Amino acid sequence: MNETLSELCAELRGAFPEHVGEPAIEFGEVSVRVSRERVADVCRWLRDAGPFEMLADVSGVDSLGIAPDVDRFMIAYHLYSLRRNERLRLRVFIPGGDEHLDSVTTVWPAANWMEREVYDFFGIVFDGHPDLRRILMPDDWEGHPQRKDYPLGGTKVEFKGVMIPPPDVRGQPSTTTGYPGRIS
Amino acid sequence: MSAREVYVGGQEWGEVVRQSGRDDTLIVNMGPQHPSTHGVLRLVLELDGETVIACTPVIGYLHTGIEKNIEVRNWTQGVTFVTRADYLSPFFNELAYCMAVEKLLDVEVPARAQAIRVLLCELQRISSHLVWLATGGLELGALSMMLYGFREREKLLDIFELITGLRMNHAYIRPGGLIQDLPDTAPDRIREFLDEFPERINDYESLLSDNPLWLARNTGIGILEADDAIAMGVTGPMLRAAGVAHDLRKAQPYSGYQNYDFEIAVEEGADCAARYRVRMREMRESAKIARQALGSLPAGPVMVADPKVAWPAQLNLGADGQGNSLDYIRKIMGESMEALIHHFKLVTEGFKVPQGQVYVPVESPRGELGYHVVSAGGTKPWRVHMRDPSFVNLQAASHLVSGGLIADAIASIASLDPVMGGVDR
Amino acid sequence: MGLEGQIPSGILLTSVTKFVNWARAGSLWPATFGLACCAIEMMATGAAHHDLARFGMEVFRASPRQADLMIVAGRVSQKMAPVLRQIYDQMPEPKWVLSMGVCASAGGMFNNYAIVQGVDQIVPVDAYVGGCPPRPEQLMDAILLIHEKIKVSGIDGRMDAR
Repeated sequence: MNETLSELCAELRGAFPEHVGEPAIEFGEVSVRVSRERVADVCRWLRDAGPFEMLADVSGVDSLGIAPDVDRFMIAYHLYSLRRNERLRLRVFIPGGDEHLDSVTTVWPAANWMEREVYDFFGIVFDGHPDLRRILMPDDWEGHPQRKDYPLGGTKVEFKGVMIPPPDVRGQPSTTTGYPGRIS
Repeated sequence: MSAREVYVGGQEWGEVVRQSGRDDTLIVNMGPQHPSTHGVLRLVLELDGETVIACTPVIGYLHTGIEKNIEVRNWTQGVTFVTRADYLSPFFNELAYCMAVEKLLDVEVPARAQAIRVLLCELQRISSHLVWLATGGLELGALSMMLYGFREREKLLDIFELITGLRMNHAYIRPGGLIQDLPDTAPDRIREFLDEFPERINDYESLLSDNPLWLARNTGIGILEADDAIAMGVTGPMLRAAGVAHDLRKAQPYSGYQNYDFEIAVEEGADCAARYRVRMREMRESAKIARQALGSLPAGPVMVADPKVAWPAQLNLGADGQGNSLDYIRKIMGESMEALIHHFKLVTEGFKVPQGQVYVPVESPRGELGYHVVSAGGTKPWRVHMRDPSFVNLQAASHLVSGGLIADAIASIASLDPVMGGVDR
Repeated sequence: MGLEGQIPSGILLTSVTKFVNWARAGSLWPATFGLACCAIEMMATGAAHHDLARFGMEVFRASPRQADLMIVAGRVSQKMAPVLRQIYDQMPEPKWVLSMGVCASAGGMFNNYAIVQGVDQIVPVDAYVGGCPPRPEQLMDAILLIHEKIKVSGIDGRMDAR
């Protein structure tokens, strides 16, 4: 992490003392954990006082079955600064059962469709989103497909007289993910 | 004129019209089956006469569940899924995914593989821009552009078929390098193509660039200024046409791009004509990069030599067609039981990738294509999220289209160059 | 065509049927139903190198009401399925359906919640082309197969047992 980004993270932690964690550096990328209550404010600070004009991506990850001591859903915001050519990842953790998060569409309009996609696939409700509805699945679809407890949903296929089920319910060699009942 | 919100979901069409409450505007549905919407894009337009007051894009008609499907396949099989997302530039999908996996694995791809990756990606950028030019021309009425664009593309597809075996959706770039080396006749074929290509672009420019009809339909249409573009996360030729000189190949070079000499195409107009000029220049620059990559191809292996990731990539012509390197086969079949077991596990289960998450962006023909890959330490990806440039750029569609005429909506969407496979994944 | 209403049933009019079938096969107009990667190969088939115009098919009619062949080119998602059926219903008789690519024929590699496993679950299909995507020559082979089918059809376009 270079000088300016580490200074920025220090400034950020100074501005939001309880809500921003230590920056973590893995694989050359800087991630900062942000608490869910102040996500929108942190993002606004990063855009106005910080250099991050562009939101590159909002991505959701469901850790059901592999990390029981961490909240289930992680929402990752990938920010990019054009003028300083730097990237930063914000990570927000949300427990299953209480899937609400403030929307950042007022900070970057780019978040509009990205948050709709996370809502569609994970069921996270973004409070304050101007138009939160499904985007890729049909409007009357039930369930949130990208969650780990949602099945792959394929049909059995016949090979030489034997019906083979879709890959997520077949017996597979173990993968050490510990994912319950689905893969091994 | 008071604004009314109309919720356009999957309901009956009469519902939508009734909800709009206004009888002086007309709500028209364009798509998802439409010759000019670049794939299965549905645009719901509210019209006052011929002017579009509001435009709502509805997407999801090509949603394939690629991200979910990768989670039940191993890391190498992920390449075949990911390559079909943005189907006009499959090498870019493969490249970004493989770079993400290699970052997690912490392996260094051999120099020859990196150079071939750059070569193929730039040729694919040309072929993707040719499809944009062909379909864009077709939609605006320059029908001969369709035939010319696809004529050049056929030559490129023949080259891809020679190298990878397939015209589209190649699955050639794998984590660790490439699946095979270039055949011996490939460099000459590519050189042949690159020799005649600049003439062809000159032909296309003489057909379109000063054509008063083309200019009338594209100048001042679909304006997206730089600050709007940045706020909406728009990248690629759309951003460069607004005057922002941002190209990931220069800003955050990957796969050896820092070794090549090329320029970023930037224009100031921020309209469809500026985007046209940006893409034409990009095709020329891509040809330049491809020539440099071809001229300076280093010798060496094309797959990383780590036995935990891949087996040797040298192929030999065996009695039944093709096979692995004879030395390797002798070793696993005759000499070492361990090596045989290892090979078996590598082929059936795949390699394990250490725990962690990365985000790797590349500059695809449409903008920043990023892969957020999360590994839980196993042989299958835990989560692969594609940040597709068409998805983010298409958000700006309503901004581009509102206020213009219906015919300009076609020109604006064509200049966006959305590929619905990438939008919907 | 309306001819079948004019001709009293039961009379075998070989030469008229042959002529009508030849005309239909010679100018089969496809409806644009390109969805994904196969659509690009379909466009390439219509382009200059592999020329579909030699079969009379270069006019891809945008409106299904003017088309007689629907080439389902690409993966059909659950959201697109009702649209597919609606376009099929809008085509006038006689009509044929060509399922292009393994995604349209059987769901392809996407055996999951999002993709209809074979477009024949929604519309009756006359010819299937495998491939991911099929080469233009493969598509043309399937089109010629449909031409063969047309040529042995009755005057109403149906292949009843004779």
